[in-house]
Amino acid sequence: MREQQRGRSAEHAHRTREFDAFVAGAAGRLLHAATLLTAETRARNPYAQALLTTALAHTYAVWDRLRDEDPYDLARRDLAARFARTAWRHHGGQGGVLAVLSPQERLVVVLRLYEGVAEEQVAALLGLSEPRVRAICARSVATLRSTARRDTGAAA
Amino acid sequence: MSRYEDKEAAVRRLLDTPHPTVPRDLALRAAERGARLRRHARRVRRVLWALGAVAALAFVVWASITHPWEVPPAETTPPLDGL
Repeated sequence: MREQQRGRSAEHAHRTREFDAFVAGAAGRLLHAATLLTAETRARNPYAQALLTTALAHTYAVWDRLRDEDPYDLARRDLAARFARTAWRHHGGQGGVLAVLSPQERLVVVLRLYEGVAEEQVAALLGLSEPRVRAICARSVATLRSTARRDTGAAA
Repeated sequence: MSRYEDKEAAVRRLLDTPHPTVPRDLALRAAERGARLRRHARRVRRVLWALGAVAALAFVVWASITHPWEVPPAETTPPLDGL
């Protein structure tokens, strides 16, 4: 019994070490992606932090069962799916670059352009067809470009 | 097409702003919550296995008492013709 307990706590320590190393490497990029999704600002992003903490907790829970799967990919998928489920509660952003876009447009833009996820994977993740993903991406790019032009025009 | 790709590249640059600072205890909080999730999942799995075992045992006991595979004796007598 004691043997088993010692084995378990050693396993736990090993897992925690691996997980900490993973979070140290990936959390910055993931938090940036989450903040873009929620359209919060760099200085104040409570919703993005909550989303990321939950996604990372789920990654930790399945850590031993990952095998060849990339934990970063898993955490990103979890984050995106979680945002897609809860985004209707946070429709308008509080600032941030992507605040002019809808939650779905933000998801497509962040996954396609910031994270560079393949079109078919984005389509599968969001339950959309590939042409639809392409159309949303093109529309969002156009919106962002026109907003940027208007802003620079206003600044000039 | 290349014009569209230029626009995509411009949006990529727009997204590539400095990263927000990660809270110091993020990994710790996530690991604690993850450990809680693991414990919860393990408890649920155990309860389901126990329920399954109890159901299997109950079935064996019931089957060994009632022998459901035996044809019950006929309850109606065939009509008596030809008298």
